[in-house]
Amino acid sequence: MIIQKPGIAGTLESSDAQVTVEPGDGKIEFELESAVINQYGLQIRKITYDTLKRLGIDNVKIKIVDKGALDCTLKARIEGAVYRSCNQYNDLPWGGAIQ
Amino acid sequence: MINAVGRDIPEEILKITGKEIFQGNHYKDGYTYKMDGPMTHVVMDGRESKLVPSIADVLVKCGIRDGMTISFHHHFREGDYVVQMVMDEIHKMGIKDLTICASSLGKAQNGIVPYIEDGTITNIQSSGVRGKIGEAISAGKLKGLAIMRSHGGRVRAIESGETRIDIAFIGTPTCDDYGNCRGIGGKSDCGVLSYAIVDADHADKVVAITDMLKPYPNFPAHISETKVDYVVVVDKVGDPSKIATGAAKPTTDMRKLMMADYCTQFLIHTPYFKEGFSYQTGVGGASIASTVSLAKVMQERNIHMGFGVGGMSKPMCDLLVNGQVGCLLDTQDFDLDAVEDVKELKHFRISAGEYCDPYNKGAIVNKLDFVILGALEVDTHFNVNVVVGSNGVITGAQGGHPDTAACAKCSIIIAPLLQGRIPAVCTDVTTVTTPGESVDVVVTDYGIAINPARQDLIDCMKDVDLPFKTIEELRDIAYRISGKPERVQFSDRVVGIIEARDGTVMDVVRQTKPFEFS
Amino acid sequence: MKNPNMKRLRRTMMFLNAQKPGLIKDPYIYKPDSIMLDLEDAVAENQKDAARFSLYHALKEIDYHGVERVIRINGLDTPYWQEDIRCAVAGGCDAIRIPKTESALDIHLVEEKVLAAEKEFGRPEGSTLLMAAIESARGVMKALDICDASERLFGIALSGGDYTKDLQTHITGTGIELMGARQNLIIAARAAGKQCFDKVYTNLNDTEGFRKDVETIHLMGFDGKSIINPRQIRIVHEIFTPSQKDIAFSEKVVKEIDSKKAQGIGVFTVDGKMIDIAFYDGAKRTIELAKASGVYKGEL
Repeated sequence: MIIQKPGIAGTLESSDAQVTVEPGDGKIEFELESAVINQYGLQIRKITYDTLKRLGIDNVKIKIVDKGALDCTLKARIEGAVYRSCNQYNDLPWGGAIQ
Repeated sequence: MINAVGRDIPEEILKITGKEIFQGNHYKDGYTYKMDGPMTHVVMDGRESKLVPSIADVLVKCGIRDGMTISFHHHFREGDYVVQMVMDEIHKMGIKDLTICASSLGKAQNGIVPYIEDGTITNIQSSGVRGKIGEAISAGKLKGLAIMRSHGGRVRAIESGETRIDIAFIGTPTCDDYGNCRGIGGKSDCGVLSYAIVDADHADKVVAITDMLKPYPNFPAHISETKVDYVVVVDKVGDPSKIATGAAKPTTDMRKLMMADYCTQFLIHTPYFKEGFSYQTGVGGASIASTVSLAKVMQERNIHMGFGVGGMSKPMCDLLVNGQVGCLLDTQDFDLDAVEDVKELKHFRISAGEYCDPYNKGAIVNKLDFVILGALEVDTHFNVNVVVGSNGVITGAQGGHPDTAACAKCSIIIAPLLQGRIPAVCTDVTTVTTPGESVDVVVTDYGIAINPARQDLIDCMKDVDLPFKTIEELRDIAYRISGKPERVQFSDRVVGIIEARDGTVMDVVRQTKPFEFS
Repeated sequence: MKNPNMKRLRRTMMFLNAQKPGLIKDPYIYKPDSIMLDLEDAVAENQKDAARFSLYHALKEIDYHGVERVIRINGLDTPYWQEDIRCAVAGGCDAIRIPKTESALDIHLVEEKVLAAEKEFGRPEGSTLLMAAIESARGVMKALDICDASERLFGIALSGGDYTKDLQTHITGTGIELMGARQNLIIAARAAGKQCFDKVYTNLNDTEGFRKDVETIHLMGFDGKSIINPRQIRIVHEIFTPSQKDIAFSEKVVKEIDSKKAQGIGVFTVDGKMIDIAFYDGAKRTIELAKASGVYKGEL
């Protein structure tokens, strides 16, 4: 997929994360703000790269403001932001690119 | 050297502090020593006034100079103005290298961080540190070592002479011109002055600071004129709205109610739950809810509490009003109800020494059946951390935690299994502040773990319908949900020590390192 | 195609906003019988898409410890419900709750999409159950048709707010405005051999009112109640838990019938009461309910 315009999903409530994606400069640029960065920073980065890879995205600026979200929430917010940036709301690939 | 909770205490630290490593709760049982006393400037001339017009003047009178140790109490909690106003004056005078010995430091003292940075303050001794001061210490801005010690440990340090206080500044809601201090009757009431009593007894110079001068004698005094050198009247000792707030509303959060219910069910199935039992709890939502649900069972079974001890809040005072407890032994008032209730006949003020000092001839905590306590982290060895946040930054206080946990017959830790994403039950706590040998039970929203060292409690609970798990199972549940946390990375420099209540070293706190992706 | 979960215990069905990570991460610790992850009213119009991602991963990755996962989809008059179904079925939900059901046709429309989704995502055909929320006067009058519309449908639920508006009244707290609907629904459900669930009670602070409400619907024969907060669970379960007296009697009935059946005896007495085979199912149900409530430790 190609990020065409900025997309944002999620909130700043506890246990949530707010994810913003923007068209990149030819690579993945990852930025993370998290109160649990010491313990889970590496895991959050891994989840982000894995999720982007499944979605076929290699050119994006992605910023995550994490409020202690679990992996399942992080994935949901990343996908939410990406599909919004691509304006796709129906016939989503559940179990395919989304898993 | 590896201590009794498995922490490696650097030789260097033992050398600088002259301390031993922690060797178990009972290492100093039966120890004999001569208590340290204050240098006393006698006043025989009745014409001599103790009133001094300003903080600046009193500093001069007390002979403030570089390298001194000065002390404060925390009864004004988040509304305290005293620490800031004293430190501002000291700073103006250009004094350096002070040691602050406070019963606790928090957000109200955020304003003294610049004085740490510029070397006015180079050492801090406190029962832990919240707010910006904690961040500053963790960032390595304090030149010397921070010593975090429990309320009982602080009394021990002062009584033994390990900490010698040159000047004690005691903020007091009311005072007369001869130094009789009371925690009530003023415009900034905090109810009790328990933590300041040891300072008054042992500091060389004692300064009472009040915003309500009363006619002599301001009796019955909570701190006596015989201990006080000077009295200063200021505009405001604090912000009353932050000293004693309205009582916390009973929680409606089902998670906390459920934990409270587990806690009560556990407690009433121990052999200690019988007529005349004793009890202490904190002011967290779940702890308060536990007291409320316990009161219900006490009513149903016609069982009365002998005494309640520690920090007081409305639910404890309600027990007294309803005739469910013989008396309350009060060290601190958390809400206006407690401040009001302390005027009751059976609501007694006690000093921090009476409360939990390990170095006197027997403190009240030695008589305690139950204590319910919170935790930032508990590990599979039942060691508890209440001081260092999961991000490695100093963010909490031991308070009476290590003292009460060590002494109560049944010490219950109550904490949600996950604080956000962070597991509260883990393999090894970041920092040990209360040793596992003091902790009997951990109650979480996902289940309850009994310390295997307490086979007697495990036997009591054989037929009790509660979700019992091993501590390892609780950790595994947490890790399954959140993932296994990486350990926080610290730099090598030790910025603080966690002192056990007997003065040995429980753990060290190191400077934090900004996180970087490898 | 008999799904073993058709008749499972559903005393408490707890609504949760599928969009709120803090709510959906561990509701099972409160031990409701079912949770209803909501894509409809609780989710704002501009968050419908985000809620689905959140729902999908929750279904896939969170272990709900056997608590039934029902998904409330958006109404059939919205552009969302079809994708809601794809998402819920792909995630492997246990059941789908259809809002604002007014006819058997509504059930058929959903059933068709559910089957298509089961095929698309490789879920066993028939694994996804349905329940219908009835929220209008028309729906109440069509309750029996709705109950009979699908083998997947395990029950119907009254939804009070919209229904009382349709009736040109409002929720009074007395239950008087709900009498007809409640009676109609429970009768229709029983006629069709389906379960029946009562509406939510929204005033969380009125514990006594809630208790009375639950006692009423329990006596009326309802199987359970929709709830909005874990604080309500204990009260519902208490009321739906059979008394020790009922349990002891039911145990005797089941044992007597089991032993006498073999001897060909049809009618006999237990505790001085005349008993025949017609008592059997009821007694069995009481034992099952007692087991599920954790108060039966016998050998049945």
